[in-house]
Amino acid sequence: MINKLVLENLKARWVRTFLSALVVGVQVMSILTLIGLSDGLLEQSANRAKGSGADIFLKPGAQNTFSLSSGQVLQKFVPLVAKQPHVAAAVPVLIVPVQVVTSMNGVDLTELERVTGRIRFLEGGPPKGLDDLLVDEYYAKQNKVRVGRTVRMLNHDWRVCGVIPAGLLGRFIVPLQRLQQLTGNAEPARISQILIKLDDPALVNQEVEYLNQLLKGNLQAISMSAFVSQFSMNSIPELKAFVGVITVISVVVGFLVVFLSMYTAVVERTREIGILKALGAKPLTILDILVREAIILAILGWIIGLGLSFAAKTIVMTFLPASLPVVTVPDWWPIAAAIAIVGALLGAVYPGLKAARQDAIEALAYE
Amino acid sequence: MSSATKTGAMVSAEKSSGLEMIRVRGLTKTYHAGDVDVHALRGVDLDVARGEFLAIIGPSGSGKSTLFNILGGLTPPTDGQVWIDGVDLRGLSESQRTEMRQRKIGFVFQKYNLLPTLTARDNIALAQNLSHRNAPPPGFDEILQMLGIKDRLGRRPRALSGGEQQRVAIARALVTQPAILLADEPTGNLDTENSVAVLNILRDLNMRNRQTILMITHNPEAAAYADRIVAIRDGEMHDA
Ligand SMILES: Nc1ncnc2c1ncn2[C@@H]1O[C@H](COP(=O)(O)OP(=O)(O)O)[C@@H](O)[C@H]1O
Ligand SMILES: [Mg+2]
Repeated sequence: MINKLVLENLKARWVRTFLSALVVGVQVMSILTLIGLSDGLLEQSANRAKGSGADIFLKPGAQNTFSLSSGQVLQKFVPLVAKQPHVAAAVPVLIVPVQVVTSMNGVDLTELERVTGRIRFLEGGPPKGLDDLLVDEYYAKQNKVRVGRTVRMLNHDWRVCGVIPAGLLGRFIVPLQRLQQLTGNAEPARISQILIKLDDPALVNQEVEYLNQLLKGNLQAISMSAFVSQFSMNSIPELKAFVGVITVISVVVGFLVVFLSMYTAVVERTREIGILKALGAKPLTILDILVREAIILAILGWIIGLGLSFAAKTIVMTFLPASLPVVTVPDWWPIAAAIAIVGALLGAVYPGLKAARQDAIEALAYE
Repeated sequence: MSSATKTGAMVSAEKSSGLEMIRVRGLTKTYHAGDVDVHALRGVDLDVARGEFLAIIGPSGSGKSTLFNILGGLTPPTDGQVWIDGVDLRGLSESQRTEMRQRKIGFVFQKYNLLPTLTARDNIALAQNLSHRNAPPPGFDEILQMLGIKDRLGRRPRALSGGEQQRVAIARALVTQPAILLADEPTGNLDTENSVAVLNILRDLNMRNRQTILMITHNPEAAAYADRIVAIRDGEMHDA
């Protein structure tokens, strides 16, 4: 019966109920979309690493994977690495961030094919000159770019020579030499990482150890699987902190919305609370009623939020597939629900206590 | 016969005999409105027997509602003693008074006070639920019949006339099988026809079910339906 009262109360002021739930829902959507975006970016990076086909990465010594500074490794290490036993190919790559969340990869395409195998072109073909640019299918689709078009990036005009499938290094591939010149990494020649292909993939762990001993901290060898496992939220403290901030903001917004909604509801329903008290409802019963209303608001908000997050994902993936890869994060659904409920419960406390303490006679006299 | 007497403060030491449904001795209530003290009740003595239908009549501001609220355990008195069904209200905590309201008192208000979001049926069910009863008492169906609201139970208060709302409120008050039905100006908002209907119902309930009723009114015609009438003026009881 209490549940019925709660539902009827919410139904009776359904506009406010809906708006409150909507605001909570927008919060839930923000959480899910941001988490989905960071997971998507991580997944994309992991897939690109995998897509390169390398067995081992060589990176600057003691460097964080997510350092955005480019050109940390001297290119002169490449021949040394290439002549080590079991190394079938050692390909230098320079990675330069462009357009906020994506990067441009400088590499010699013929060499790269020794690691990746033959590259498939959806359109066009390999670069013929130093100013030729390969773009991936998402970028091409989102920006309606075709072969032959000129694109300006890093203050330089590039001619699009081909479109390749997504998931190979990055969205853009250009000749290494030109990218080094443009970014001041030419003298002495510097690169970001070396991709290594082994003649026998079973020897990966052994080879990683060997290379690390050989290079003595100048360069760090890391196996593909170890490298890919770094692309998770837990290995990135900054991302964890960011998610923490978003969570706190969501709880606060949920709190404010539910607080306002419940507070007005309590004032409006002063007389009804007096009736309930006259009928023998205890203060705890009154509090219980309001807490249930708040929880229902949170759950409604959560459902709306799930719907919105799917909508947001669809919109983003339709219009901006190249810039924002959003994935669905079911792991976060219960967490988002908990966040919504905690905010709502906090918001219900004060109005609930106010109602519970309300004097029955004054409440009944309230017009 | 009259039980409303002005016997003074010494009676307040008496113990309830347990025979009366309501026993009041030396009851005072003083409101503090700013600097002024309003003496709403100035030493009220009152006995209501089991199964009695008593009307308390008095002009506006005479202290009727104050008495109603104290008897219903909604507010504590300033001084004096009240026994309800043999239980001294002075000894009760706030939460025990709430329980007493659940189990012993049925309220009928001038303004009906139904919950607007619930149907008539649910208003009644809620009261039953709050008093921890699983089912309406035996004979409740006949009470609904008598109240003439059986075909109105699916409606919300908004869709009921004043008279219907008040009859639903009476059903709500009776669903807990209260020892006492307390009614504060139950016909105050009704036209003559509906007033007569409600008053007839109260009298029937009293005669058929031996329901103890204490009705407060300022209207002598309404009071005439009761077994006995006492008057209140300036917070003091007088024989009517
Ligand atoms: N909460 C209150 N605070 C101050 N004065 C009150 C309050 N309630 C009632 N009174 C005063 O007490 C007196 C009796 O009021 P009430 O019991 O409501 O009378 P009645 O119901 O007979 O009209 C009146 O003078 C009224 O103004
Ligand atoms: Mg009154």
